[in-house]
Amino acid sequence: MFQILDIKGGLVSEDPDLDKELLKEMYWWMVYARMADDKALKLQRQGRMGTFPPTTGQEAAQVGSGLALDKEDWVFPAFRELGTYLLRGIPLENMYLYFMGDVRGNIIPKNINNLPMYVPVSTQIPQAVGAAYGMKLRNKKNAAVCYFGDGATSKGDFSEGLNFAGVFNTPNIFICQNNQWAISVPRKKQTASKTIAQKAIAYGISGILVDGNDVLAMHVATKEALEKAKKGEGPTLIEAFTYRLRMHTTADDPTRYRSDEELKEWESRDPLIRFKNYLKNKGIWSEDWQKELETKAEEMIKKAIEKAENIDPPNPEDMFIYMYSDINPVLKEQLEYLKKMISTKEIEEDSEKIEGGFP
Amino acid sequence: MTQMNMVEAINSALKAEMEKDESVLILGEDVGKDGGVFRVTDGLIQKFGEERVIDSPLAESGIVGFAIGLALYGFKPIAEIQFMGFLWPCLDQLSSHASRIRNRTWGRYSVPLVLRAPYGGGVRALEHHAESFESILAHIPGLKVAIPSNPYDAKGLLIASIRDPDPVVFLEPKRLYRGIKEEVPEEDYVEEIGKAKVVVEGEDLTLVGWGSMIPKILKARDLMFEKGIRAEVIDIRSISPYDYATVHSSVEKTGRAVVIQEAPRTLGFASEIIARLNDNEMLNLKAPAFRVTGFDIPFPYYKMEHWAMPDVDRIIKASRQVLKW
Ligand SMILES: Cc1ncc(C[n+]2csc(CCOP(=O)(O)OP(=O)(O)O)c2C)c(N)n1
Repeated sequence: MFQILDIKGGLVSEDPDLDKELLKEMYWWMVYARMADDKALKLQRQGRMGTFPPTTGQEAAQVGSGLALDKEDWVFPAFRELGTYLLRGIPLENMYLYFMGDVRGNIIPKNINNLPMYVPVSTQIPQAVGAAYGMKLRNKKNAAVCYFGDGATSKGDFSEGLNFAGVFNTPNIFICQNNQWAISVPRKKQTASKTIAQKAIAYGISGILVDGNDVLAMHVATKEALEKAKKGEGPTLIEAFTYRLRMHTTADDPTRYRSDEELKEWESRDPLIRFKNYLKNKGIWSEDWQKELETKAEEMIKKAIEKAENIDPPNPEDMFIYMYSDINPVLKEQLEYLKKMISTKEIEEDSEKIEGGFP
Repeated sequence: MTQMNMVEAINSALKAEMEKDESVLILGEDVGKDGGVFRVTDGLIQKFGEERVIDSPLAESGIVGFAIGLALYGFKPIAEIQFMGFLWPCLDQLSSHASRIRNRTWGRYSVPLVLRAPYGGGVRALEHHAESFESILAHIPGLKVAIPSNPYDAKGLLIASIRDPDPVVFLEPKRLYRGIKEEVPEEDYVEEIGKAKVVVEGEDLTLVGWGSMIPKILKARDLMFEKGIRAEVIDIRSISPYDYATVHSSVEKTGRAVVIQEAPRTLGFASEIIARLNDNEMLNLKAPAFRVTGFDIPFPYYKMEHWAMPDVDRIIKASRQVLKW
């Protein structure tokens, strides 16, 4: 397993000596993602947000890889990539909105090459390969980066996607965040392969197993894979060996299937603490700086909630007008009907004066 | 008799059949230790072990293909798909194979599997967790499609599905999973697949629906009853096969029908019921039969879901329209 930092933040291989600003940026996104995630959990518990899948524990995998990308590279996410979303420049209020059941959370700012979340597991994988093939056709020196979980590797879409990538030698990076669980099913029940990284061999592409809680290792591995892809040397499957410290989603109770000991063991490998120690050793981290980051994150989170909670209510028209580039007569008729129904909404007890059923 | 909600009733059906018949197996994502994402299979792995309650890898097409293989070999697999929205990868296995093996081997092989999936909206779920595409399944010849609307029927219909020698898709209206409790026998019993139920009798018009819509239809019926309108309510319980005889004899009496479905409007099962009424009951109809349906849009995110689903008000409005004709 490729590792730069041990669980205490000490070096186990050569220090990549990344730029100080980049190191600080990494830590910032990790802190921000962690705090935004904690807040989402609170909002969900207060009934202000619907079901959502916490990211906590996976910040290094997301931030380390995400910061290796160029702006022009494309990201095809799954649904647990809060860290990547934020560092790509997608506003936090979008994430909150999405989980508040508002489709407007999916509106990705124009200059960002990022797809909104994919809920059906693994369907994004072959799509990322198609996009990468397109980049190749257009002679762009970019890549399509695709995130998914260990569970996703069981699906046909995973095999089909990686197979296409191998056959067409596309500039793809597949980042499997192996967080050890797919809801209640442990990784060893997803596949009899010893590692997920080794599956790459069967598709004729590169594979590497990386400590996913080590932000430096994730960064270096992704950077290398991207350089290879952009030189036309083919796709890479990166297995980020990590752990989801919280529940699968807020609808689930992890104590049913995993042990306290396991959780404690992984808490001791927390990616934030590890990286903080590294920064401390480098003289970059200080109490004051930590406070500064937390204050900034808190303010940003507060603003994001305000924006998400105070957005204008959705309009029934929106459900219809984005179905096609032009609304067709059938949908128009249905929209008119709905508007009429809303405007003549009777108290259910007194539907006396009602006109007009469905046309 | 015990008070059970639909989740408990389904669990009780599964337990009863597994106890009775060792060839009955359960498989799906998280059905074992977790007891399923809705806890429908809770406690079964403890009782029947990991070999009969199988936590499968995350692969819907794999689950159904694997179940077909088991069924061909003489087992009675009950596969769970976590949400109907994730059933699409199974359509190849269902329509190219499960549904037609009996026919294409002239009876040499059959596939007695049950595919369970929760469907429908109204629970503030994430996207892809609220679809109703039952008519697509009913459009595949060779599948049966049963949809209970209450705990009692859920148990009886599920037992019938498990004992059925052909593939049955058993759709569970998740909005009704826990709301309604009623008396359900502890022991096993069968409700016939393909038999509709007249839930309330009436003379003025016929309201037809299934699954998630039934409580709304009953509410609408009650409100209209207070105004002196006596609607007959039919829960068709199974859309394939479809018990047109019960619907038609009701319409023969009332002369008016409103069919209510949560699914999108175009080519939904309501259209089939109405077309069939036109075929056979034209002379008895005093008004055109109306549909109250969802819209031709993907089921919206939850802030807007209340607009997407037929509500009591819409049912009453359509009923008045049909009555006024
Ligand atoms: C095709 C499909 N089947 C089932 C589900 C329900 N589901 C949502 S997440 C999940 C587990 C995913 O596990 P994994 O790929 O390891 O990602 P993780 O949740 O661990 O991040 C399941 C079964 C789904 N979203 N899509």
